[in-house]
Amino acid sequence: MIDYVFRVGGEGGEGVISTGEMLTMALARAGFEIYTFRTYPAEIKGGHANFQVRASGKLLLSYGAAVDVLLAFNEEAYQKHYKDVHPGGVVVYDSDSYVPPSADSLIFYGIPMTSLATEKVGIKLTKNIVALGVLSELFDIPFATFEELLKDKFGRKGEMVVQKNLLALKIGAEYAKGQAKRDQIRLGPGPRKTKELVLSGNESLALGAIAAGCRFYAGYPITPATDIMEFLAKELPKLGGLVVQTEDEIAAIGAVLGASFAGKKAMTATSGPGFSLMTEMLGLAVAAEIPAVVVDVQRVGPSTGMPTKTEQGDLYLAVYGGHGNCPRIVIGLSSVEDCFYGIMRAFNLSEQFQMPVVVLSDASLGHRKATVPVPDRSRVPIVERRKPQGAELIDYKRYRFTPDAISPMAIPGMEGGGYVAEGLEHDERGFPAASNHEMHLRTTQKRYTKFQEVEAIANELARSYGEPHPDIGIIGWGATEGVIREAVEMAVDKGYSVGALHPKILYPQPLAKLREFMEGPKAIIIPEVNFTGQFATLLRKRFAYDFIQLNKCIGLPFTPKEIFDKIEEVAAHVHAGQRTHAAKL
Amino acid sequence: MSTPVSELTPQSYKSDEHPIWCPGCGDFGVLASLYHSLAGLAINPNNLVVVSGIGCSGRTSGFIKSYGFHSVHGRVLPVAMGIKLANPSLEVIGAGGDGDGFAIGGGHIPHAARRNLDLTYLIMDNSTYGLTKGQYSPTAPVGFQAGSTPYGNIEQPLNPLAMLIAYGATFVGQGYSGKPRELADLITRAIEHKGFAFVNVISPCITFYNTYKVIPPLLREVPRDHDVTDRTKAFALALETTHVSLGVFYQVSRPTFEEGVAEVIKKAQASSPPRLDEIFAEFS
Ligand SMILES: Cc1ncc(C[n+]2csc(CCOP(=O)(O)OP(=O)(O)O)c2C)c(N)n1
Ligand code: SF4
Ligand SMILES: [Mg+2]
Repeated sequence: MIDYVFRVGGEGGEGVISTGEMLTMALARAGFEIYTFRTYPAEIKGGHANFQVRASGKLLLSYGAAVDVLLAFNEEAYQKHYKDVHPGGVVVYDSDSYVPPSADSLIFYGIPMTSLATEKVGIKLTKNIVALGVLSELFDIPFATFEELLKDKFGRKGEMVVQKNLLALKIGAEYAKGQAKRDQIRLGPGPRKTKELVLSGNESLALGAIAAGCRFYAGYPITPATDIMEFLAKELPKLGGLVVQTEDEIAAIGAVLGASFAGKKAMTATSGPGFSLMTEMLGLAVAAEIPAVVVDVQRVGPSTGMPTKTEQGDLYLAVYGGHGNCPRIVIGLSSVEDCFYGIMRAFNLSEQFQMPVVVLSDASLGHRKATVPVPDRSRVPIVERRKPQGAELIDYKRYRFTPDAISPMAIPGMEGGGYVAEGLEHDERGFPAASNHEMHLRTTQKRYTKFQEVEAIANELARSYGEPHPDIGIIGWGATEGVIREAVEMAVDKGYSVGALHPKILYPQPLAKLREFMEGPKAIIIPEVNFTGQFATLLRKRFAYDFIQLNKCIGLPFTPKEIFDKIEEVAAHVHAGQRTHAAKL
Repeated sequence: MSTPVSELTPQSYKSDEHPIWCPGCGDFGVLASLYHSLAGLAINPNNLVVVSGIGCSGRTSGFIKSYGFHSVHGRVLPVAMGIKLANPSLEVIGAGGDGDGFAIGGGHIPHAARRNLDLTYLIMDNSTYGLTKGQYSPTAPVGFQAGSTPYGNIEQPLNPLAMLIAYGATFVGQGYSGKPRELADLITRAIEHKGFAFVNVISPCITFYNTYKVIPPLLREVPRDHDVTDRTKAFALALETTHVSLGVFYQVSRPTFEEGVAEVIKKAQASSPPRLDEIFAEFS
């Protein structure tokens, strides 16, 4: 089975990312499943950037481990990454920039990429395309796929630009033909014959939002969420919707609440610093029962933190951020494909329950690309908020107490529906009841009653992998789903009894599913990309269970190996007969 | 059932919620003027949304029989923007205090003014924080003595009218709660204005900063020959120190944000058919 990891490294701003992206597109079009990972410097220009793409004949769950092919544009790229290339792996380097010392365990191809670009093509910038031509020839990635891709990518810029790029591609390939091949890496056409989309997590999320019916977006730029706004700014107007770049995140969520109040499905996306600013208005959405979707593409905090690096550090804020007893729904997105369906569900839940839904993605997921089947919108049927009908509009009560705690919501323009969306504690009509003690209890109960049904949905949505009745359990959330699944598969292959549970709705939690899952295992591991184990802490409030935490807090996602190693370590204890948990509630 | 539009009177806009303001509060005058102006314009209450902030003045939305949004402190303008953009056919009026608008919410004013959404924004300016019992506000004079300034306020007050003219509001006016008829006329003109209309209403707080004796002698009408389209003259009027002028200071016409959005949609749809499947195709 073909399964290779390519990594491209070089100076940021000099086309490292676009080279990686073009390689990715070509591999996807050639019929491989792909999974990318990129790190880019916080600097705007300069600094080191690298882009990794894993290509395989089977569905990919993680960005992989060791590198098979390193494309190094300069010395720093070589020095930073050669240790990640496994023995027998390949280094392709720009010999005009740097010639690495020979190493027995690696196979080297030195290509004068810069001079080929300047002398033979006449444009230095085309060295990236020269490099793609080299890769195509060396590793048998279908040349025609690259040609087609360049035509599609540069077609808008005119025939001249297309021709120059095609020339660069050809020159790279021809030069590589002259190299004696010393490696075994050959891809050819991939097994998949159907068309798939290549999307980043953020793109998938934005598409899903559109599919869910979102037609209003307000936001303020922040890494790593900005591309959601830029994507929607381009696409929403085509469907009659709009994007406003507000003066800050407070205005963004304010505009979202206003738009939703006026009947539109509305969303904002941000990262930690912006989400922190939004918490007061999140409470307003809860009190006034206004549907709203708030996406937090998490990055490393606290404060400005590490803007381009990943962390699962905002779960507490998502669940508890804001004052008062303030129920909201929190969803964790787990894969590029899940970004599409997950955000659709977020809109549905916010409409159905008339409360804000916080959607947690992270930098690793938002910015990585993967092949995903063309989304099937019918998988998540669209839900609209309950609106008052006929007699309900006579003596209309916006916040009427109903058995399921959902009150029909009038939209401005409806005759007889006039009411005030109220952030003060209020009665059924929405009239302030700021001194009515009993009313406060009733309305609080009303808002929390909605959770009963949400919890049932949470139980349905939680996914499990591996052994159904394992000795060792793993509970994960958010973007770690793929690595956990891959680690579980590795462990099961090696004969360990391991199974995982991955809730999608993180708050309210799928308690029944969690309880059932905790029955069997002798030990449960909770891997999280944060320091304190925020999900583990939330679960400990509900279950007296001595979870084993696995925390990674260096701004990078887990590798499957790291989780697998923990499984082995825990398995050794379990086999020694130690039960690692105490009583269950 | 709702009243036919032809029979709308100021009474028609009175909600069942009764104002909780102190007797003699200037805000009663503002509310009465607003009722009159809404009735005069025969604005359909089903298409009216009043957005208010937090403060004594912030309770305004609750006293009007229409749709309303009582938001949080300082966020009248973002919420109003979202409503107007979601449904440009709605009549959207924002109302709040000087603290709400100029202090905590001050960051939104320049952007609302620049964007020029077709909104009306009423500030009920009493130069104090009425609801929190009388602290100095951004329009309180130097020397203002209250709970948080026991030795007198040492901050220079801001000039709301000059500020709004500078930020590019297309309608800037000032009224006084004690002259409800003139105020109703001014609010009417603000609502009729296509674009962002700002009205600063001097509305005394009888309880914490009673200016009923100080204000009237300073008042005069904007001179009849004042050219409202002349920005420099509007500034001069706003910066006057000997008088407080009432009326329209500045009014010009500029495309609204909603019109801009409609243009953007037209452009986007011209280049690409409005279908989700077409958008999918861009990523394969
Ligand atoms: C975020 C936040 N900070 C502080 C308050 C407390 N607070 C309520 S109203 C107000 C000031 C009101 O002054 P103004 O806006 O001028 O309205 P007025 O009562 O004078 O009409 C303050 C500070 C609050 N509600 N929310
Ligand atoms: S405290 Fe002042 S502003 Fe508030 S209601 Fe009383 S008089 Fe009016
Ligand atoms: Mg005030």
